[in-house]
Amino acid sequence: MKAGWSARATLLAVLAFLYAPVLVLVLYSFNDARFSATWQGFTFGWYQRLLESPETAAALRSTLVVSLSATALATVLGTLLALGLHLRRFRGRATIELLLYLPVVAPDIVMGVALLAFYVAVHLPLGRLSIILAHVSFQIPFVALIVKARLQDFPAEVIEAARDLGADEGAMIRHVLLPIIRPGILAGALIALALSVDDFLITYFTAGAGASTLPIRIYSMVKRGVTPDINALSTLLLAATLILIVAALKLQKRPNPESM
Amino acid sequence: MRRGRDWLLAWTAAPGLTYLGIFFLVPMLLVVVFSVLEGTPDGGVRPSLTLDNYRRALDPLYLRILARSAWLALLTTGVSLALAYPTAWAIRTGSPRRRGLLLALVVIPSWMNLLIKNYAWIVILRREGVLNTALGSLGLIDEPLSLLFAPSAVLIGLVHTYLPFMVLPLYVALDRMDWSLVEAARDLGAGRAAVFMRVVVPQTLAGVAVGCTLVFIPTLGAFVTPDMLGGPDSLMVGTLIENQLLQVRNWPFASALAVLLMAVAAAALAAVRRLQGAAGPGALA
Repeated sequence: MKAGWSARATLLAVLAFLYAPVLVLVLYSFNDARFSATWQGFTFGWYQRLLESPETAAALRSTLVVSLSATALATVLGTLLALGLHLRRFRGRATIELLLYLPVVAPDIVMGVALLAFYVAVHLPLGRLSIILAHVSFQIPFVALIVKARLQDFPAEVIEAARDLGADEGAMIRHVLLPIIRPGILAGALIALALSVDDFLITYFTAGAGASTLPIRIYSMVKRGVTPDINALSTLLLAATLILIVAALKLQKRPNPESM
Repeated sequence: MRRGRDWLLAWTAAPGLTYLGIFFLVPMLLVVVFSVLEGTPDGGVRPSLTLDNYRRALDPLYLRILARSAWLALLTTGVSLALAYPTAWAIRTGSPRRRGLLLALVVIPSWMNLLIKNYAWIVILRREGVLNTALGSLGLIDEPLSLLFAPSAVLIGLVHTYLPFMVLPLYVALDRMDWSLVEAARDLGAGRAAVFMRVVVPQTLAGVAVGCTLVFIPTLGAFVTPDMLGGPDSLMVGTLIENQLLQVRNWPFASALAVLLMAVAAAALAAVRRLQGAAGPGALA
């Protein structure tokens, strides 16, 4: 059964609907007009203005510190979690695997409320540390699920064979397991990094007054009024996350939609 | 691996699970606890149990917001399904060489920042925006249209944000479907409509359920889209929770609303897992 013209027309319309608004936004980041939506000529001025803004520079620093440290911690914990779940048989494992999906599907706003309530209850001051701890919590399941998918693609016999050939546990981990899952770990880390750089809502709830990441900065700029330097900042953030995602997808070699 | 001689690998799951216990499960339970405590006027809580916070959600003022959220989330899910099914169908039945590329094109926008996608619609829909400027210069309108800050703008923003999450599971379902049954039904003389309704749809129901959940749950809890694109008449649960927590400082009421939201999400998830049955555990990821 071939797709009729109506299905193909819907596909084209959907692609136009998904991309056109974003392309318009990128285009207007180069428009030499402060208020109007008519095209006044090409400029890099809005990007320049962005570079000169101390608030944006501070938000960029915050984003880098928060995302890199959260991703490092989540990658280690998530990878170990995937190994433990995949290689060991213990009671309650199925329940734990199901629980792993909870942070993935829980609405962001619920996680934001919950973490803020927790921080206030344990008197943890809000700032970069509270944001990092929050990000790690939604990153771990993604890393674990991606590494686990990678492990599942490989037959357990490879590991058994390494043992039968006399490898002790350390040698088996170094020479068999790590080479197998390395692309999975890298892909998981890149996805986790993208999620962290991108997150607005959970950061918004756990940031407190001082700390501001790039998405928080965009939000407060939009609240103050529509200006073309928001388009410029958006374009830069879009480019950064898309590069991370494309790299992660390339690493996962076989583009398998289930493992995403 | 069942020989019990690995000690390095034996406890690797523990740190990650402990972390999720402390920074996910405990906070979630804390919200449940807050939701049955009494609030104090200065924004704190008093240790006496009450169901008033849940009763308050039934107040007509708030019930209207809850109903609007449910309606907007259902509408978003319906519109997304109507757009995503033909899209997934066209990708799967098109040239095999182009499948990967088309699928990637649909999925990539799901990785674009939510704020940016919504802001793009402000650029387009506002009074001095791209659409009004274009329509005005073509002479089609005399007065700029008020498109922004209305429920319709919120609907557009929500569909734009969550549509890719509907296409992906539908594509997976269509890809796993037994296509020889389609051939067989055609050979036996079934028309296109009959084949679609009686062969294709039943085989892809699990994918439809997964897609609907992936769109419905985040839409129901949306904050950014109604906050940025909606007006006072498009307040949703998410905006109400944020308002009660950060502005009004009524923690117990905000917690009760969050618990209700989580309960709906969990119920939707449980329903899908039942429906999925044979589809396998990976299909939700």
